Amino acid sequence: MTVTAPPAVSRRRRRTDRRPPVFLALPALAGLAFLTLPLAGLLLRTPWGQLPARLTAPGVLDALRLSLLTATAATVLCLLLGVPLAWLLARTRFPGRSLIRALVTVPLVLPPVVGGVALLLVYGRRGLVGGWLDSAFGVTLPFTTTAVVLAEAFVAMPFLIIAVEGALRGADPRYEEAAATLGASRWTTFRRVTLPMVGPGIAAGSVLCWARALGEFGATITFAGNFPGRTQTMPLAVYLALEQDLDAAIVLSLLLLTVSVVILAGLRDRWVGGLR
Amino acid sequence: MRRRVDSLTLVAATALLAAGCATSTSTSTGTGTGTGSVSDGARDGAVAGVTGPLTVLAAASLTDAFTRIGADFEAANPGVSVTFSFAGSSQLAQQITAGAPADVFAAASPATMATVVSAGEAAGEPAVFARNQLVIAVPDGNPAGVTGLADLTRSGVKVALCAEQVPCGAAARTALDAAGSDLVPVTFERDVRAALSKVRLGEVDAAVVYRTDAAVAADEVDAVEFAESAQAINDYPIVTLAAAANPPAGEAFVGYVRSAAGQAVLTAAGFQSP
Repeated sequence: MTVTAPPAVSRRRRRTDRRPPVFLALPALAGLAFLTLPLAGLLLRTPWGQLPARLTAPGVLDALRLSLLTATAATVLCLLLGVPLAWLLARTRFPGRSLIRALVTVPLVLPPVVGGVALLLVYGRRGLVGGWLDSAFGVTLPFTTTAVVLAEAFVAMPFLIIAVEGALRGADPRYEEAAATLGASRWTTFRRVTLPMVGPGIAAGSVLCWARALGEFGATITFAGNFPGRTQTMPLAVYLALEQDLDAAIVLSLLLLTVSVVILAGLRDRWVGGLR
Repeated sequence: MRRRVDSLTLVAATALLAAGCATSTSTSTGTGTGTGSVSDGARDGAVAGVTGPLTVLAAASLTDAFTRIGADFEAANPGVSVTFSFAGSSQLAQQITAGAPADVFAAASPATMATVVSAGEAAGEPAVFARNQLVIAVPDGNPAGVTGLADLTRSGVKVALCAEQVPCGAAARTALDAAGSDLVPVTFERDVRAALSKVRLGEVDAAVVYRTDAAVAADEVDAVEFAESAQAINDYPIVTLAAAANPPAGEAFVGYVRSAAGQAVLTAAGFQSP
């Protein structure tokens, strides 16, 4: 289909395209200010002179390393479990699908602290699954780094699922059907057709998922506890620093923010952009 | 020593959840069930001409005792309605120094009160109105057979302590140092109720908490007293705030907490009188 528009209209549209209309620009700027002013507040209050001493304080780098490690592990776990679940929700029809979709968003709605208690009730020493793990294998999850990964994955996975499901619904299923008629197996179709089509969605979902996991506090401290080097991630360190020393908490928050922004910006250039 | 204090399970469970996350706000109206001190309170708590709303910021460990005291105080002063905000003392101190509107501040440690006083937010000298002592909380029936601090360092015994940044953790550190203990816990919890909930859920075999918190969870938790806790008794100071919207009611409430009626409620909750 071709669209023919009078030249005058298209010229005017081209001119207005350069300048965003006021009714969008104003709220957009207000939104930007709303999101970034608190960051400016942190920067203004930052004790720059104490920065080197604060950053090299014992435990700070341990917490940062643990945060990056667990958030990445949680994202991998979410990808392994979340992408198939998103595919199931987007590509198949089964009774109760809308209920399942609603259940997937439960961790978004649940206060993370309650999520942590719920995890304890299932994977704790006396929990439904945890009790069996303890008696059968002598494995207890709470207070371990694995528990941090589980807590973060629990809270972050809905972000990935929703993003990937949205991408799958936007992708045309006829490409998959065409691949199938050309003799591709379902696994090949999924791997060579479906995944590349929704690549940007998966990348965006992973970024959301990783960022949410990195900032996770409530479920982590409740399910995994707080022990330096083992379960004390940056948000936990920030929270406890806040109990005594606002400056220390601000420095730790800035460190976490800077590292995550640098990593996300770097990823965007390397492969989110490449997928476009 | 085992203590089984008969208390409101529902209140305990709610308080445990509420203490978990952020500030929990509750109005005492209608919650003062079954306290024996209402009539006493009415006698020595009434202050002529005290009316209006009163906002009290109080340490999370005071949740149950202050909710009762608030109801008694309202009964004694019909024109007053008390609203409480219970949270960690240091969180509340930060809210006050950041300008949160409140009339009275009751802290769980002199150190947190000192930050409010040094910021010029206190209207007078803080007064110590209660003291709290540490106990070892163990799951009902004490499956690990804990009888004192020495048992906590046995291998296989999982212990939760409060983080040293919060009052109960600082007190536990003092007591452990006094005992010369090299205890390594599995977790440093963010507040005393979080440490206690780990015991209630059976995730740890013991936690060092305040006696009053163990009393709140008495149906699921036993309290083991230990001698070294005498080295780490915690003072609770209270003060009317400089920015109070209702100073007379604030003064009256502070007076009521320190009166015989208020002290009776606190003692029943497991606090010691100063």
